[in-house]
Amino acid sequence: MSTATTAGRDARPPAHGGRYRGGILRWLTTTNHKDIGTMYLTFALLMFFVGGAMILAVRAELFQPGLQLMKPEFFNQLIGVHALVMIFAALMPAATGFANWQLPLMIGAPDMALPRINNWGFWLLPPAALLLTLPFFLALFGIGDGAVATGWTLYAPLSVQGGIGVDFAIFAIHLLGVSSILGSINIIVTLFNLRAPGMTMMKLPLFAWGWLMTAFLLIATIPVLAGAVTMLLTDRHFGTHFFDAAGGGDPILFQHLFWFFGHPEVYILLLPLWGLVPHVVATFSRKPIYGYKAQVVSFIAIGVLSVIVWAHHFFTAGMPVPALLYFMYSTMSISLPLAVLFFCWIATMWRGAITFETPMLFALGFIVLFGVAGLTGLVLADVAADAQYHHSYFVVAHFHYALFAGGIMGVMAGVYYWLPKWTGHMFSEKLGKLHFWLTVVSFNLTFMPQFFLGLAGMPRRIPDYALQFAEFNAISTVGSFILGLSQLIFAYNIWRCVKGGEKAADKVWEGAEGLEWELSSPPPHHSWEIRPNFDNR
Amino acid sequence: MPRCFYLPAALLPSSACADYRWNFPEPVTPIARDTLHIHNEFMLIITALFVVVFAIMIYSMIAHRKSAGRPPARFSGPAGGVQWFWVLVPFAILLLIDFVLMGIPAYRAVVDMEDTRTRADMVLKVTGMQWKWQYEYPDSGIKYISTMSTPREQIGNREAKGEHYLLEVDNPVVLPVGKKVRILLTSTDVIHTWWVPQFGVKRDAIPGFLRETWVRIEEPGTYRGQCAELCGKDHGFMPVVVRAVPEAEYLAWADLKKAEQAAAAGGTDRVWSRDELLVKGKDVYAKQCAVCHQANGQGLPPAFPALSGSKIVAGPLLSPAGKLMKDSHLDRVLNGKEGSAMQAFGNTLSDTELAAVVTFERNSFGNTGGDLIQPAQIKSLR
Repeated sequence: MSTATTAGRDARPPAHGGRYRGGILRWLTTTNHKDIGTMYLTFALLMFFVGGAMILAVRAELFQPGLQLMKPEFFNQLIGVHALVMIFAALMPAATGFANWQLPLMIGAPDMALPRINNWGFWLLPPAALLLTLPFFLALFGIGDGAVATGWTLYAPLSVQGGIGVDFAIFAIHLLGVSSILGSINIIVTLFNLRAPGMTMMKLPLFAWGWLMTAFLLIATIPVLAGAVTMLLTDRHFGTHFFDAAGGGDPILFQHLFWFFGHPEVYILLLPLWGLVPHVVATFSRKPIYGYKAQVVSFIAIGVLSVIVWAHHFFTAGMPVPALLYFMYSTMSISLPLAVLFFCWIATMWRGAITFETPMLFALGFIVLFGVAGLTGLVLADVAADAQYHHSYFVVAHFHYALFAGGIMGVMAGVYYWLPKWTGHMFSEKLGKLHFWLTVVSFNLTFMPQFFLGLAGMPRRIPDYALQFAEFNAISTVGSFILGLSQLIFAYNIWRCVKGGEKAADKVWEGAEGLEWELSSPPPHHSWEIRPNFDNR
Repeated sequence: MPRCFYLPAALLPSSACADYRWNFPEPVTPIARDTLHIHNEFMLIITALFVVVFAIMIYSMIAHRKSAGRPPARFSGPAGGVQWFWVLVPFAILLLIDFVLMGIPAYRAVVDMEDTRTRADMVLKVTGMQWKWQYEYPDSGIKYISTMSTPREQIGNREAKGEHYLLEVDNPVVLPVGKKVRILLTSTDVIHTWWVPQFGVKRDAIPGFLRETWVRIEEPGTYRGQCAELCGKDHGFMPVVVRAVPEAEYLAWADLKKAEQAAAAGGTDRVWSRDELLVKGKDVYAKQCAVCHQANGQGLPPAFPALSGSKIVAGPLLSPAGKLMKDSHLDRVLNGKEGSAMQAFGNTLSDTELAAVVTFERNSFGNTGGDLIQPAQIKSLR
């Protein structure tokens, strides 16, 4: 694919003969966007179960007051690594997997613009995941005291004080960051240069627009995180005092740097899914997407706002009143572009002809539950009320509504939506629906009680709690185990679909629109070698 | 549908303010009452938004289902002035909610909450340290440490759990009712967060910096909270307990505490016997050191080294000239170890307590140093 500069017009990349290595070497060396997409998605699913197993151990410990299963040190390691794994090794790779598989199909490009970088972007992930989890195993052999135990936020000076797990986490974050930046560059270059002839930016599929904003946000914020953890590393080992007041530093500096990355990170995770959901809703409502331009503008507005609101993550750290007010009002203003998205999603359904296949169910579940996250986010923005919510289980519930219901369930909508296209087989609709209902019921059973725990005053990240919190914690633990086990249905359904099943049509869903549905299911290994013409669409 | 789960969540706060289980606990300060009021109002607003928006969506799901048999419409945006009007109305409403209905009360509450300096009647200084709180009353010179008093047997499920499991301490903070107390916060090691839910106050204690907040407690009583920022292994075990009493009772308590403190500090002017030091040292060790170095002195290596058989503990107490030696046992206890959880106990313990605990450590857990140090010596080394 050396034709990146001219491919936007009429270039036709030379057709390859099938010269592929077999076995593991094929996957190590592949530069094909479909292979790499598959690897990202498989890796994400695997790490989803790894991160899930960690948190089920935590929920088991929290089933009853008292310490039953583990020491507080180990508990702290599990919660932090759970978050890092779920965010960086499950949710982000899943979205990147979607981008790899779908962007070239949706914009009529033969592949991603930078295929070798694409390969490297993926293969940085397994070593990073290994670095994150290795300290658990090293501790078994008496080396170090386990994985990073500071929570995923790595706040200094706790992280300066921590063991070798922190160093492993720092290097894992560097690798994950490089991988994300490479992926982002690739996506931006692809979307700018490889669109089908006639596909202007304002004809780009919304999914591509969502990813484009994510890619820009990653490039803007990952270097800040990389800088922050590098300063942490030098504070730990080379005698600097960036975060130590005794040497003229400031622990709160770390929080500013971390959340300058951390807040946009939420939108980095969610924007691709906000781009995806309109496609699903439109398909199953058999109607065009409502308010395309408004949604594009909202994506851009959210992207810009996301980098100027970070300090609402540490209102309790103390700051001047004008700063408090600024961060409060700017945070509240994010509700406006988000409301545009909600409005458009519902308006897309309005007067359609709606059916409720599994992808649509997940999209609807996403919209409703993400609504809970959005609305509770609005009250969290209020500084005075935040003094109660902050660091409590209210926040834990809020961001799981955002990142499980908004993130993971959005990914599931996408997987069910595109899986027949990727594999050429239909999945079991019956199992898909069972998976949806079990997930949505047990998710609420897990996290709704956590809102009340937070209101009643239970801080987050504690391995043991006062007796007044016992009932809700027990309910939450029961819910979490149903939630975790239900995901096995998801994995099984995917496995069955890959292996075989009813043949999928090229246009899998009756109401689907877009270039990807004009290809066969599954698409040929090299697709769109002849560029589709988009002039008259 | 998920909606059924959410409805009670948001409605209950407004109907059952006093119910501990479903909402903030009973507020006892002006700030907490304000916060609860704002919270209830916001919850009503967002519940109304949620119900209206998703009622429309669910109506559409039912009325516009394919099996109803109508062909789908083809519109993809507002057409004409009337439609534009209806599209913009929701945003006008949201603007109003964000910056007027929610924004104005929030503004007032923030300004009120941050007003720590106007007419403060007294100051309380709170210092977080792994994993206990130190309270200091600068006006009366009182200063003491407050640690969790729940026995480890209860945490390990070897004993029945008490009523205030994990939320009880040996020395609670005592504050007078009806006085505006300015609270200054700092920390000696990592970031902690001081939180009493019934006060509506939560503020970080940051090493090397002062932060501030304030309370005016209106009702006498005992109020319980916890550290809210992950601060290491025993983050879950550093409760905050505040006893609010009428002013007269507070003054009496302060006098008593001052006398107690003077008595404890008085130990430096006499020579302590070895047995006296060992008995007192054992007590100090259990409260201050056993969390990390463990009751048997074996520690939790590598983060928390063993004292039993430790080279540092076995090393000489003082230099031949009677001076403090760098990296000696005494130096570690007095000045801590940088970059580790070992604190500078010289700042928090009295001369007598320091002498006692050092003597205890050198003669316990199989350590047979045999030597002892007097409170008066510690005093002269400072």
